[in-house]
Amino acid sequence: MAFLQVDGLDAWYGKTQVLFGCDITLDEGGVIAVLGANGAGKTTLLRALSGMVRRQGRIVIDGTPADQLSPEAVVRLGVAHVPEGRGTFGRLTVEENLRLAAIIRKDAAGVRRDFTRVYDYFPRLHERRSQQAGTLSGGEQQMLAIGRALMLAPKLMLLDEPSFGLAPQVRRDIFLILKDISRSSGVSMLVVEQNAALALDLASHAYLLETGRIVLSGTADSFLADDTVRRTYLGY
Amino acid sequence: MELLLQQIIAGLATGGIYACFALAVVMIYQAIDHFNFAQGEMAMFSTYVAWQLMAWGLSFWLAFGLTFVFSLVMGAFLYLVVLKPVQNASALSQIVAFIALMCIFNSLAGTIWDYSVKPFPSPFPETALFGALVTGHDLGMIAVTLIMLAGVFYFFKFSTLGLAMRAAAQNPESAQLCGVRVQMMTALGWALAAAIGSVAGMMVAYKVFLEPNMMYSIILYGFAAAIVGGLDSPAGAVAGGFLLGVVENLTGVYVPGGSELKLTFALLLIVVVLMFKPTGLFGHRVVKRV
Repeated sequence: MAFLQVDGLDAWYGKTQVLFGCDITLDEGGVIAVLGANGAGKTTLLRALSGMVRRQGRIVIDGTPADQLSPEAVVRLGVAHVPEGRGTFGRLTVEENLRLAAIIRKDAAGVRRDFTRVYDYFPRLHERRSQQAGTLSGGEQQMLAIGRALMLAPKLMLLDEPSFGLAPQVRRDIFLILKDISRSSGVSMLVVEQNAALALDLASHAYLLETGRIVLSGTADSFLADDTVRRTYLGY
Repeated sequence: MELLLQQIIAGLATGGIYACFALAVVMIYQAIDHFNFAQGEMAMFSTYVAWQLMAWGLSFWLAFGLTFVFSLVMGAFLYLVVLKPVQNASALSQIVAFIALMCIFNSLAGTIWDYSVKPFPSPFPETALFGALVTGHDLGMIAVTLIMLAGVFYFFKFSTLGLAMRAAAQNPESAQLCGVRVQMMTALGWALAAAIGSVAGMMVAYKVFLEPNMMYSIILYGFAAAIVGGLDSPAGAVAGGFLLGVVENLTGVYVPGGSELKLTFALLLIVVVLMFKPTGLFGHRVVKRV
């Protein structure tokens, strides 16, 4: 059964319509990638799912209609949105950032377990736990953003360009960890990326977004085999 | 030497006033990431409410408690009705709204209670201490300030609510994505800031007397103290308040013509601190990376 079902989604950025009739299906525990150039509407798609922009259409998350919900309510369905720009709370410490992400949870034991898990994935965050998060490097802030998402104990992670602005080595590490999270905890993921090669390696299915419309969808392998995708987004 | 010590103690007593206010400034800054220029007038208005309750025959502490609650509600109400509609506007538009609020409260208090100066009682014994430089009221006021400081410090440092409030002010969007109800946090921040301000007003009014313009000079020092101490540090703000009080007092005594230059020296202190430590004496440096 689909964990996330989106039918005919329109969305607006201010007064401008950005998305036109998008359909997306994400199975429970599955990973999909949404590819597209700058300005194609990738970020708006995630923001529409989280309820942060005006949108219209059908969104069902885990059996619950979500197209009328506020962002705070969408979070409570188990959706962790790792935003563009990473959403760091610069003047809170690393540990406070993580503590904050768990405030809607009631299971203290589970929260403690997830602290351990996040610090296991990202030992750097543990080293810097009492440091102000604003002092972290870009890569570390991305780790923190993923850590915050994990602290929500999510069922669905929405990842907005997790590779953006990172050194190749850090980028690879982050994607390896995302792969492990997906495999070990069965969380569903929707990854929006400009780096198609990384995204298609992580995802099983992919969608191509062009000027607000989904123009191609299929398995990751079919994307890799597609000449246009290869030339435009993989660059070979 | 004895004179110096006495003047320092007297300075601490005045500093208590500034410290009290600086705490309210830090509270609102943590909650909305801005100054609220109407804060002094809101506190003045609350103090009038307390005065009115006492005029109706209530005891000081009962009036104090009711005024505290009134101020909580007033703060949340002001946010929801006046400031929420402009919260996405530019900083300048918001400042205009703050200044409008300031004028409204000033005129409102003058209209309801007229502009005559009214005495305001102290709940503390009025005995003079340390060679008549410090009164029981001064010590009581300092104690109240320190108790509030402890409360605010605990709230922001250890409570989940305080954490959510700081997050909501720093990065509202990201806070929402963590499930924080941002508007509620901001309303609560306004409520608490108004309530702390009201306590400051009720403590100060005994010394400066109650009138609609009672806060003009004090709020300036309160802002100054908060900036000197560090806007994100409740303890720093309180320390800044005491420091300002002492500097001001010593200037008045030791610098020729100093009593005219008190304010100048206080402002000079701000400039010097900001030159060498832009985040204030106790503030945390904010580093941003892209």
